[in-house]
Amino acid sequence: MTRAVGRVRTVAVIEAIDLRRTYKTTTGVLRRRPLEVEAVRGISFAVERGELFGLLGPNGAGKTTTIKMLITLLLPTSGEARVLGLDVVHQAREVRRKIGYVFGGDRGLYERLSALDNLRYFAELYGVSGREGRHRIDEVLELVGLQGREKERVEGYSRGMRQRLHIARGILHDPEVVFLDEPTIGVDPVGARGLRQTIGELVRAGKTVLLTTHYMFEADTLCDRIAVIAQGEIVGAGTPAELKSRVADGTVTEIEVFGVDEPAVARLRALDGVTSVAVEEQEQKQLLVVQTSGERELTHALLGQLDGLTLGRVTSREPTLEDAYVALVTAGDGMSRVA
Amino acid sequence: MLRVIWTGFVMNVKTLSVSSWFVLMAVMQPVIFATIAFYMFKAGGQEGTLLYAALGAGMMGIWSSVLFGSGGMIQWQRWQGTLELGVASPPSLTLLYLPFALSNSFVGAYALVATLLWGRLFFDVPLHFVHPWNFALAVPVTVLSLALMGLLMASTFILYRHANALSNLLEYPIWVLSGLLFSISLLPAWTHPVSYVLPPYWGIQSIRHAALGGPVWAPLAMTVLLGALCLAGAWAAFSWFERLSRDRATLSLT
Repeated sequence: MTRAVGRVRTVAVIEAIDLRRTYKTTTGVLRRRPLEVEAVRGISFAVERGELFGLLGPNGAGKTTTIKMLITLLLPTSGEARVLGLDVVHQAREVRRKIGYVFGGDRGLYERLSALDNLRYFAELYGVSGREGRHRIDEVLELVGLQGREKERVEGYSRGMRQRLHIARGILHDPEVVFLDEPTIGVDPVGARGLRQTIGELVRAGKTVLLTTHYMFEADTLCDRIAVIAQGEIVGAGTPAELKSRVADGTVTEIEVFGVDEPAVARLRALDGVTSVAVEEQEQKQLLVVQTSGERELTHALLGQLDGLTLGRVTSREPTLEDAYVALVTAGDGMSRVA
Repeated sequence: MLRVIWTGFVMNVKTLSVSSWFVLMAVMQPVIFATIAFYMFKAGGQEGTLLYAALGAGMMGIWSSVLFGSGGMIQWQRWQGTLELGVASPPSLTLLYLPFALSNSFVGAYALVATLLWGRLFFDVPLHFVHPWNFALAVPVTVLSLALMGLLMASTFILYRHANALSNLLEYPIWVLSGLLFSISLLPAWTHPVSYVLPPYWGIQSIRHAALGGPVWAPLAMTVLLGALCLAGAWAAFSWFERLSRDRATLSLT
């Protein structure tokens, strides 16, 4: 896929063309029935050299499945994908040499070994050995801020330290392309900020990065472009500013309500001017996040549809990237609930 | 390639050495096997063959280590999320897991040493070997061959998430079919072809003949041949199962 940027034509470093992935499983205990789950339903995108591209979507949207196809851990059911011009199905080994990948979460490290032993092992696997390997290990430990702790066993590391070690492992062989799958998941705010700085440094060092996340702030802060993915399909793409502009002329009304039911939400959704309704469960109550388009004041009309229900606080505000995201992922959804 | 094998070997030995459960098993199991074997042979009035029993008990320990290690190495990596990292790294899966299989088997070789020392100290087993140099060759060749058999078994666990549970069932049958404690001539004739394709059967033959007298080279050649076949089988199986596992999504737990 070739893309024109100004007068320069650049070749995509990562490209997915109508990529699909179906999981086959079975259901039932005694009478097993085959079941097919379409995790990714024909997504296409291209990432250019030096770009930080975000795949943003809720849990189960297909982000990890997409990234696993791109890093050669899963075969696509159909479609094509290339990394640095190499086919991820037929040239898997060549792709593996040139990419780095980082999964979020606790797993993916040899717990009983020290960080240094983990890095030494992966350095050998990627052919970074001897003096070069030692130098590179020192470099990545400094980059992720784990110097002085590298001889401790990983099982004693905090979530943030593990995540930094994941990143160190992923970039040990100085890959051109780095895939980051929810790298800040479960990390405390201070740790997450440090990780975001590290990710920013990767891009400044000229790496092409594909990042998956469901944190709006992270995507807004880091990404040059974002593709919003929901139920296995890309439902919107552009720069963070472009995505925000989609809902810029609207208003967001948040209504606290006790015991809202599906027909009431359907009535809200049917109102003229309402573009999306999301329901956020909050212990005893629910928070309705209603997005409306245009200048019309719809608060009274909205409250009228909730007549008979006990209401709490009602507020109106300007839309954010999160609202643009919610509008995209809930479009066409019956009644979206956000846990 | 040698650096990858050496680093993986050292890494797995380090991992095993910090597992108190593994260390306890590795230390205790050979001693228990040896004690049972010595009393069995004494009770049978065959005290003159205590070295025969010691060697068999030692091999039982090696096989247990190979089985436990090979069964666990893929599954453990799947649990801790490192299986996907290994698969997505440049080396072939055979090269990736060969050092793990080798270290499991060579750590298991401690069982043979422990059994012989235990027998010498507490049961007066005479440690006189008819062909000591042949014995010194037969032991590492057998250990290597068992490692390659473990590698072949481990290849199936890439695809089948619960195959290691089945592998645990193989501990006793392989002891029996390989004739580790008693001759396979006591078994029904129809089981003999199965024994003949097992590296531990030929391995224990070569070790025993080197220690007690008898032809060493023919069983040793069979041990090498079957080990090489296991390596070839593991290479083919890893390549095939890797592609299938990418298709069926069995590399991770979820």
